[in-house]
Amino acid sequence: MLNRPATDTQVTHLQRLWLYVLCGLVIFFLIVPTLLVIPMSFSDSRYLDFPPESWSLRWYRAYFNSPEWLQATAVSFQVAFLTMLLATATGTLAAYGLHATRARSSRYMTVLLTLPMIIPVILLAVGIFLTFAPVGLNSTIGGLMLAHTILAIPLVMITVTAGMQNFDINQEMVARSMGASRPWAFLTVTLPQIRNSVMSGALLAFIISLDEVVIALLIAGGDKATLTRRMFLALRDEIDPTIAAISTLLIAFSVLMLTLSQILQSRK
Amino acid sequence: MTAADHQPDAPMNERALDRQARAEQRNLMALSLPAFILVGSLVLLPMGWLFWMSIYGADGFTAENYTRLLHPSYKKTLITTFELAFLVTGLCILLGYPLAYLASQLKPRMASLVLLCVLFPFWTSLLVRTYAWLVLLQRRGLINNWLMEWGLIDTPLKLVHNFTGTTIGMVHIMLPFFVLPLYASMKTVDYDLMKAASNLGASPVRAFWQIYVPLTLSGLGAGVILVFVLSLGFYVTPALLGGGRVMMWAMQIERSMAVYADWGAASALGVVLLVMTLGILWAFARLTGAIGATEGK
Repeated sequence: MLNRPATDTQVTHLQRLWLYVLCGLVIFFLIVPTLLVIPMSFSDSRYLDFPPESWSLRWYRAYFNSPEWLQATAVSFQVAFLTMLLATATGTLAAYGLHATRARSSRYMTVLLTLPMIIPVILLAVGIFLTFAPVGLNSTIGGLMLAHTILAIPLVMITVTAGMQNFDINQEMVARSMGASRPWAFLTVTLPQIRNSVMSGALLAFIISLDEVVIALLIAGGDKATLTRRMFLALRDEIDPTIAAISTLLIAFSVLMLTLSQILQSRK
Repeated sequence: MTAADHQPDAPMNERALDRQARAEQRNLMALSLPAFILVGSLVLLPMGWLFWMSIYGADGFTAENYTRLLHPSYKKTLITTFELAFLVTGLCILLGYPLAYLASQLKPRMASLVLLCVLFPFWTSLLVRTYAWLVLLQRRGLINNWLMEWGLIDTPLKLVHNFTGTTIGMVHIMLPFFVLPLYASMKTVDYDLMKAASNLGASPVRAFWQIYVPLTLSGLGAGVILVFVLSLGFYVTPALLGGGRVMMWAMQIERSMAVYADWGAASALGVVLLVMTLGILWAFARLTGAIGATEGK
């Protein structure tokens, strides 16, 4: 088995055994360190030993009994949900318009709208802080939603544009030649066919907002602190083991979102 | 109706159709307006404002904010930032290229499993992953405990709150960004070219370096630039795993703003980071554009 050629240039599996070992190690490096947090979060010790000498739900109790952590979680989920709605709506409209138009300026518009992905987040955060200060949007749910939306728009656009590649826009023309208006044709012909891409984009927008740290660090103070902001500050000052419990819950949530996105992908 | 009857109307009809078509293009472009207003008011305008603040102080125009950046401490930050970005990019190539290479040759089922392993960190919170490394690498952490138990070391290694820990954490964060575009470009490689090279007497190693690597250069370039640019402006992981000993450019910006409330310094630092980032991306776009053009000939 190992002596069978593995490539078109007749390299055998044995000869490239090192490649399999290396890739195994890289995958181990990508996956295992994060997952180790899960058993550690059930440890009874402050030092989160592994394997835990005694198991307990101590850190989960600490999380669920803390009004600060719970409030931060509520803020994060509210912002993520609102961001998902706004970014999906504006991003899908933009992706559709720019895909369907043949105007030459559409290329520049695409580049402009993907800028938030390229500009370092710290700069976006400073700029947003400056813009929000005079209008009092710092430390508000609405302000966080707007800030996270600009981060999510490029991702929604990329996902939806990718979905549009498999869709024949002429179908819309057929609908319109039979009397449908453009918006109606979009809603009844196009949208159902790019639905999965739009939903994938929405999931991405949600998770981007939920995970965002830097902008929240600069603009979300007081009782509008997000979960990630509180986690960051707690980690910088001292390692609070409660974070292990929160991390485990967040990992479970990520796995759920990843699974949903994979289901959507496979349906495309 | 004959053709002659129809003739006089034609130019007018065409013009009307033309007008209608243009109006339609305009309407379609207008659909991107809500997104543009958001990005314009929260990204483009503030960047302009930042630039203005960096050159216009209390006593009019000034270059002071930039001349201050010549101070040795900023130079040290700049060097650290580039060192980390280069090191992380290099390690991503060493670890990511083989992984993408193997994944692109696996059967679909296995390949999607490997890709899932690459996507999992992508969807997991950045803070959670950084936290995991903090716990594993700390003095009394898992790695030090195991190394001591096995008798490999006597005293705990300093693995975190320094450059080493920051590098490990950053590679972990950046690897998916590197592997995914590379994998996409490797999937398009025509393996008959490798067979042809083999038939013509090239050794597998030579065929790999002379045929395969050049064919995947565009994906490799995209991954390298993405990782490098993201690393240059990165904040969270160095701030937590560096423990204050690794001062990155982005941390300098946050510090001058949050600690010193020095908007002149913060804006000048910001403009420098923006120019570096956009400059590298622009150079890369020009370079690949040039390669694309010669390939087309």
